[in-house]
Amino acid sequence: MSSTTVPSRPRQRRRTSTGPSTWMLAPALIFFTVFALIPLLGVAVLSLMNWDGLGTPTFAGFANWRTVFSDPVTLHAMWLTFAMTVLTYITQAPISILLGVFMAGNEKYRAVYSVLYFLPLLFSAAAVGIAFKALLDPNFGLSNAFNIPLLSQDWLGSTDLVFYVLIFVIAWCFVPFHSLLYQAGVKQIPTSMYEAAMLDGAGRVRTFFSVTLPQIKYTVITSSTLMIVGSLTYFDLVFVMTNGGPGNATRILPLDMYLTGFRSYQMGPASAIAVILVVVGLVISLLLNRLSGSDKMESQQEGA
Amino acid sequence: MSFQQHQNRRTSRPRRLRRTVLASAALIAPLALSACGGAQPGGAGGDNGEGGFSAWTLTGSQQDAFQASFDAWNEANPEQQISSEFFANDAYKEKIRTAVGAGNAPTLIFNWSGGTLADYVANGNVVDLTGHVDDLEERAIEAIEKGGEVDGKQYAVPNNSTQPVVLYINEKLFDQVGVEPPTTWEETLEVVEAFKAEGITPFAVAGQSQWPYLMWIQYLTDRIGGPEVFNAIANNEPDAWSHPAVAEALTKIQELVDAGGFGDSFGSVVADANADAALVHTDKAAMLLQGSWVYAGFKADAPEWYEEGNLGFAPFPTIAGGAGDPANIVGNPANFWAVSADASEEAQQAAFDYLNEYTLNEESIDEFISLGLVPSTDGAEEAIAASEDADFLEYAYSMVQDAPNFQLSWDQALAPDQAQELLTNLSQIFQGSITPDQFVENMNATIK
Repeated sequence: MSSTTVPSRPRQRRRTSTGPSTWMLAPALIFFTVFALIPLLGVAVLSLMNWDGLGTPTFAGFANWRTVFSDPVTLHAMWLTFAMTVLTYITQAPISILLGVFMAGNEKYRAVYSVLYFLPLLFSAAAVGIAFKALLDPNFGLSNAFNIPLLSQDWLGSTDLVFYVLIFVIAWCFVPFHSLLYQAGVKQIPTSMYEAAMLDGAGRVRTFFSVTLPQIKYTVITSSTLMIVGSLTYFDLVFVMTNGGPGNATRILPLDMYLTGFRSYQMGPASAIAVILVVVGLVISLLLNRLSGSDKMESQQEGA
Repeated sequence: MSFQQHQNRRTSRPRRLRRTVLASAALIAPLALSACGGAQPGGAGGDNGEGGFSAWTLTGSQQDAFQASFDAWNEANPEQQISSEFFANDAYKEKIRTAVGAGNAPTLIFNWSGGTLADYVANGNVVDLTGHVDDLEERAIEAIEKGGEVDGKQYAVPNNSTQPVVLYINEKLFDQVGVEPPTTWEETLEVVEAFKAEGITPFAVAGQSQWPYLMWIQYLTDRIGGPEVFNAIANNEPDAWSHPAVAEALTKIQELVDAGGFGDSFGSVVADANADAALVHTDKAAMLLQGSWVYAGFKADAPEWYEEGNLGFAPFPTIAGGAGDPANIVGNPANFWAVSADASEEAQQAAFDYLNEYTLNEESIDEFISLGLVPSTDGAEEAIAASEDADFLEYAYSMVQDAPNFQLSWDQALAPDQAQELLTNLSQIFQGSITPDQFVENMNATIK
């Protein structure tokens, strides 16, 4: 508490006279304390305890932390989470940018496409997971419906395929949202810049790299932050589609936390994993914030 | 800290007020939350204010039978109503343990006995039923009822059908290919060859759900090494997984996988939606090793196919030189009721009465039989013979009664952390990503 309020105090003092009252912060602050800070503290404490869900937790010191950092399953989960972050990013980011730029055009048919592309965002992850599980069923799914033997692969059951199937489904789910961001970003670019580029004789590709991309820099950062931090929370889709299997092939860190906590009932190690996730998430968003120079966020149109 | 105090002294009046409000809000909030926790739906803790008691159980094929039994009690006992809630299997398993741990368990705790029941007993969460439920004990098949014992005391009693694992046979495909259901492991491999040659999957198995894999290792280990092998594992004897029967069973599984016994996409098949059974009744697969509860699913999902008499059943094949009795079976002897120690004495007494008078009584046995489920009580022969599913029910009922040993599913018999590790490793065995030796090593590491 103190660390969050103390540094901002000088600014508060200045604002009370002019801006909205700090009292407006109270509801959010109370909710944040009750539903985020207190549970977080509880989890941190629990990570030092041995508890199987029944009876009273007993103090275990740092044993759980040692377990977590020496358990090959958890280490594998960390690696998978990292691989998932990288792979989902490099699949989603280019597709989203290209789609977003495409959709920012003015023709009517683009509006129709935009609506179609947007659809996946309207479904909950659980529904998407169940639907894809049914579609990918090698016996009764798409392969059977259209009689295409090529589609009859062991999509979710083969250790070689399953991870990439998940990357695909995740991209299918989240590309619409990010292309929407990019569409908005591109629409902000003044047309005069494109006219100038055209006069200079720049082609489509050159215009894209010299005008569009630099101009949507901040959109790229926002979208990247959401993608990278979001990749730490792809629990729901993976849980519904594979449950971490086959074996441990898709047991990413959030799922590892869940399975350790609520299937194996080892609440201590599960809490330690939860704390790791929180810390990693915080570090990533702080880093991205720092990289983007958020304190000196200036208007994108400056100098346009 | 000193900086803080320094700041405090200098704070102006409005800021002090603000801090007081925030601090008291932070203090009150947990109290308000804990108040919510005390008012669980379903009369947690056993008191629903009217001298009744609560029960949580599962949705699915047995739901109707439980509902009928609760209704009958409620009609006869208006002063002590049962408030019941039904949950999906996996969701229930996660919810119930939290509820029991938090002292918010329902009066009647639906369970699988085994490792979790032992945990409840060790933590004093459930009541010793010895002497309280004699009437019910008289009705239940003794071997099944023994499953509810922990340290020689009765902590849980059977509450539904008995669920042996059966080898289902697609008679139509066997006729078509011209082979007989296998009775030995050698025959099994021959039959697999024959079906593969015709482009038919020999065995359906729902690999995505992982737990159906258990049925294979359970039967194979029992046939090769007898029940003692797993008993040593369940007793946490050091290196119990190293018994050669385990490695041999795993080798046989991988042998079968390599021979194409399960087809090439079994890892994507899901049991929740009965896709494994669907492979059999759509004539894509010839056999299925699954629990007796799947029988009702065959009847409901493929009535025409079933009416044609295409569904057969057989015992698990024998293994040459195996130490286990070929009459041994695996599966779930039954599910069980335990009584919460957190419930009031009045609620506990009402629960005892319910167990004695209404659990597995004649009406509910008839209900189970009519649903195509195998009763877990003695003396059901007549009712079974009169049933339209007499063939299957008689087969499964005598299978249970004649079995020298009925092994509870391993994932239920073991502690939860060991069970989770077992499912993961077994899945890797079927995928061929680990060897039997690695499996044994990994599983030995879970023994504490």
